[in-house]
Amino acid sequence: MTEDSMVTIEVDGQELKAKAGAMLIDVADQAGIDIPRFCYHNKLSVSANCRMCLIEVEKVPKPIPACATSVMDGMKVYTKSPMALAAQKGTMEFLLINHPLDCPVCDQGGECELQDQSLAYGSDVARFVEKKRLVPKKYIGPLVETNFNRCIHCTRCVRFSAEIAGMREMGSTGRGEYMKIGTYVERTIDSELSGNLIDICPVGSLTSKPYRYQARAWELTQSDSVAPHDAVGSNIHIHVRNNRVMRVHPKANEAVNECWISDRDRFSYEGLYSEDRLTSPMIKENGRWVETDWETALQQVADGLKEMGAGTGALLSPSATVEELYLAQKLVRSLGSDNIDFRVRQSDFRGGEPALPWLGLGIDEIEAVDAVLVIGANPRKDQPILGHRLRKAALNGASVCYLNPLEYDLNYHAEQLLSAPANMADDLAAVAKAVGATGAIIDDAEVKAQHQSVAEQLKQAGSALVLLGNLASAHPDYSILSALAAEVAKASGAKIGFIGEAANSTGARLVAAMPTDGLNAQSMLEQPCKGYLLLGLEPDRDFWNPTQAQTAFKQAEFVVALTAYRSASLEAAADVLLPMAGFAETSGTYVNGDGTWQSFAGAVQPMGEARPAWKILRVMGNLLDADGFDQNSSQDVLEQARNSADGRQLDNSVTADLGQERRLNGSGLTRIGDVPIYATDALVRRAPALQKTADAISAAIRINPGEAAKAGLADGDRATVIQEGNLATMPVEIDPGVAGGSVRVCAALAGSETLGGQFGEVTLEKA
Amino acid sequence: MANEVCFRNMDLDQPWLLEQYKSRGGYEVLTKILTEKMTQDEVIELVKESGLRGRGGAGFPAGLKWSFINRNSEASRYVVCNSDEGEPGTFKDRDILRYNPHQLIEGMIICGFAIDAAAGYNYIRGEFWEPYLRFEAALEEARAAGLLGEDILGSGFNYDVHVHLGAGAYVCGEESALLESIEGKKGQPRFKPPFPAHYGLYGGPTVINNTETLSSVPVLLKNGGDWFKGLGVENSAGTKLFAVSGAVKNPGVFEVPMGIPFSELLELAGGMKDGKKLKAVIPGGCSAPVIPADEIMELNMDYDSIAKAGSMLGSGAVVVIDDSVCMVKLLERMSYFYHEESCGQCTPCREGTGWLYRIVSRIERGEGRQEDLDLLTSVGKNIAGRTVCALGDAAVMPVNGMLKHFRDEFQYHIDNKKCLADS
Ligand SMILES: Cc1cc2nc3c(=O)[nH]c(=O)nc-3n(C[C@H](O)[C@H](O)[C@H](O)COP(=O)(O)O)c2cc1C
Ligand code: SF4
Ligand code: FES
Repeated sequence: MTEDSMVTIEVDGQELKAKAGAMLIDVADQAGIDIPRFCYHNKLSVSANCRMCLIEVEKVPKPIPACATSVMDGMKVYTKSPMALAAQKGTMEFLLINHPLDCPVCDQGGECELQDQSLAYGSDVARFVEKKRLVPKKYIGPLVETNFNRCIHCTRCVRFSAEIAGMREMGSTGRGEYMKIGTYVERTIDSELSGNLIDICPVGSLTSKPYRYQARAWELTQSDSVAPHDAVGSNIHIHVRNNRVMRVHPKANEAVNECWISDRDRFSYEGLYSEDRLTSPMIKENGRWVETDWETALQQVADGLKEMGAGTGALLSPSATVEELYLAQKLVRSLGSDNIDFRVRQSDFRGGEPALPWLGLGIDEIEAVDAVLVIGANPRKDQPILGHRLRKAALNGASVCYLNPLEYDLNYHAEQLLSAPANMADDLAAVAKAVGATGAIIDDAEVKAQHQSVAEQLKQAGSALVLLGNLASAHPDYSILSALAAEVAKASGAKIGFIGEAANSTGARLVAAMPTDGLNAQSMLEQPCKGYLLLGLEPDRDFWNPTQAQTAFKQAEFVVALTAYRSASLEAAADVLLPMAGFAETSGTYVNGDGTWQSFAGAVQPMGEARPAWKILRVMGNLLDADGFDQNSSQDVLEQARNSADGRQLDNSVTADLGQERRLNGSGLTRIGDVPIYATDALVRRAPALQKTADAISAAIRINPGEAAKAGLADGDRATVIQEGNLATMPVEIDPGVAGGSVRVCAALAGSETLGGQFGEVTLEKA
Repeated sequence: MANEVCFRNMDLDQPWLLEQYKSRGGYEVLTKILTEKMTQDEVIELVKESGLRGRGGAGFPAGLKWSFINRNSEASRYVVCNSDEGEPGTFKDRDILRYNPHQLIEGMIICGFAIDAAAGYNYIRGEFWEPYLRFEAALEEARAAGLLGEDILGSGFNYDVHVHLGAGAYVCGEESALLESIEGKKGQPRFKPPFPAHYGLYGGPTVINNTETLSSVPVLLKNGGDWFKGLGVENSAGTKLFAVSGAVKNPGVFEVPMGIPFSELLELAGGMKDGKKLKAVIPGGCSAPVIPADEIMELNMDYDSIAKAGSMLGSGAVVVIDDSVCMVKLLERMSYFYHEESCGQCTPCREGTGWLYRIVSRIERGEGRQEDLDLLTSVGKNIAGRTVCALGDAAVMPVNGMLKHFRDEFQYHIDNKKCLADS
């Protein structure tokens, strides 16, 4: 910034330098000068309607709003002059006359901007003796509770919905005193970011439904943490009372999540208190599960693993912490096995992915790119905050294109190339050809107008990005897709980025939670190991091919599972269940998609006998007489893990062979087994409020009208999906957004666990 | 009467027809401007020189407003005519739409030329169905005659005028709410700055003028600024349409020179009805503070004289009040209006107008308390000057006017729980 774009102003006698054109309220905030406000929010457009921030400016006869007044050189501002105070107090009185003042029963009590400001600016005599306005509450969904009596009409929620959630779900109807905030026609708020309404609302008009009447703000203690569900690693505050997580709030971090979090990150904590929490070690005795003490259980595990030795296969959750993954791989390697992997939703291990894939740029840099091609991904639902950054890019003028087998409901303009799973490589090859790349597949590709258009946008952009996500990495031809994506990026001058499926996908690679020459997640199940160690995974939900996984575990001689839950599929698979601490119950570290290491402390004690997994693994190491298991704290583990990661660099260069065999040939119907937003991991799957939202879909055969007609199916029918001889029967839903030649049968949902891989040929039979 | 400007062809049989309008020299100025290649700056300069001030209420100099427009803006420019005519007591623009629509159209084209506008919009009060039809018919005639549309009169200037019908909200007469409404949004005023001249309709620089303002333009350009100035008095050029209503024999719209004594205007309206006694006058629409009889009878009807008396010429709606009227009841009705019409976005107006109404209403019903009079003033103070638009001020001004001049009637209500006017 040049000197002359700076101005000097005076606020309450204090000289301040500010950027010309900056809003007075921001300049005052930076200088720590407090100006009261309700409608202003620095992430939203300025509406200047609450009139709480009225201040005096020299030579201006009337008080003016600091939130809508830009600074000018030499401006003299008084925020506490008689004129300013009279205006602020006047506004406060108006805001309170129709406010119910029901603070004792209001969840916002104690952290209410209106309550706080009224202490400073309110009067203790009420001059309004009339009846107060009554506004009925409305049902707007399972997450957000309304109490519109308390609304002060600041319209933050309206602006949030339109500008951030991008859905215009909230609005105001009526005039004057009868103006009402709401959804117009009674309906639910379905945005994946809707929980932010709770924070955005300065009063108790929009509050958290799951948290309702649970606690008072001043009873809570707050810990900083990191959300465990996606590659963003949103920063959060965990609020605790009596060793129980009461709620989760965002912690602002401009480089990561700004001041927002997804609903998944906010409400998943409820899953901690699911009835099937595992609270003590259990062993299977003569086919029956019995509780036992840690010593017995661990001894049994040590014996079991010693026996399995090099035949052990370790399957680790990509949502496990750096410390857990580091110790787990170390433990298994000490047994002489290199069968270690966290890529449980991947099926193509032919080496198409880079050595250490990552986002390729900072999360906060996404909004500045000029063009994006998103391949096999739906960031809006898979990584909602990343989706928000992409939306910001689009609103900033970036052209965003998608290549997917599903058409997504996006909240900005984007070009979506719909392509059956088997054709995705052809479409991508056509784009590659259009940007000028050459090579196998590419040379034979048929370039159509839509490919040309995507190519032009990438080539013309000052900064372009090619992103691969969850569906791409689960694709049977992932190697080919990523190799093609790399060609597109190279020829167009774009950056390439890999989003990473879970909270710690990047961290897992950094601490080598994957084989060097041993078996990978796929081959460990294809050629069953003698024994398995499972960390934070559920056999029927968390694997690319759940049938294959469940079969492999059943055949194994010994399976130990470190888990926070006891589920039927775990009980069927394992011989020993070790209760591990869940989210918020352990300290740890995640490395997010852009490579940022973020550590956090535990916020509550683990439930029952559960213990942090890093401790369990360390004791196991000791029992096995392995070297290097003498850490005293998770800090120590982290330090070693970091040292071990030192030699590894984030690296997106792809060296795969384009000429590899295509595994999806596109004859018949191909299953698209995406993982819906609220089915991603064990914690989310057990969070009741999230499971009541519109996004919490159940298993169904989703198929476009043309394919449905071919299969003789109609909306509402029941049909059986047959995949490699495995069957599952579920209802049929017609969805024009599913590519021809394919059928969407989501993974990780109840009812789909009897099927095969996330992608693969299926047939349908009317039930 | 001085039917020189907006009513210049009132005597014709069907003055709203193109051919009749032309018989009085209609569209001659436009033709001259477009064919003799007057520059845009010349036109704006002439409007400035004439001293024409906005007739919508605030009296802002029209030429100056036009001169704010950046003709090189990237965004398209627009002309917007405000025919919302929502101010209670005002019904003058209706007569322009009914009887002289072509003069308004000509004024809108000239303005469009002067600022190089992409299009013009006339926002017509929703209840004006018949005037709306008249105006639409006139637009059709003008289009057929090549006065609107592509390449107007062979000049290369493309411009058309469209009508947007309001839906009954007073606040949509406020210029920025009106723009929101045309854009299809909820009619709520915008925070200013930026003013419409910089960021108006669809974000483009926009001139927004009242119907009477724009309709005056062709005539003042035809006859010259000095002529126009000469019609009125210092600071108040031209003639003015006054919509006289209330306790007069012949209520109606009168075009008279600015600065005419009120007493003459009253005479034009046939004097007091049924021999009633004049009690007070609201000189410029409901939002203008009331002026008692003895004062108004000494006043001239121009911007400065009325301002000196603590009120405003406003929209030129003259409401004549006789001595049978209870001022408390009258204020209650007016306060109800603002309470009902507040858009609701800004706190002082949303909450304050309802409060004002309830206090006045309480006094009216005989339930007033002594402290209510000061409370009214204090609540008013907390509204005025602190709102997003001037509706807040408009709600307070009548209250202050009434309390200033007729406080005794309010006091009587509080003391005796009934009307002074009744007793
Ligand atoms: C609440 C409110 C209502 C208004 N209603 C009208 C109206 O009905 N007609 C009008 O011409 N101006 C109205 N105005 C004034 C306009 O905002 C604006 O000043 C005017 O249209 C400008 O035109 P002029 O300069 O030609 O007077 C209103 C203003 C306010 C604050
Ligand atoms: S003053 Fe009244 S009408 Fe104007 S913006 Fe505020 S609430 Fe709306
Ligand atoms: S914070 Fe400035 S008007 Fe609301």
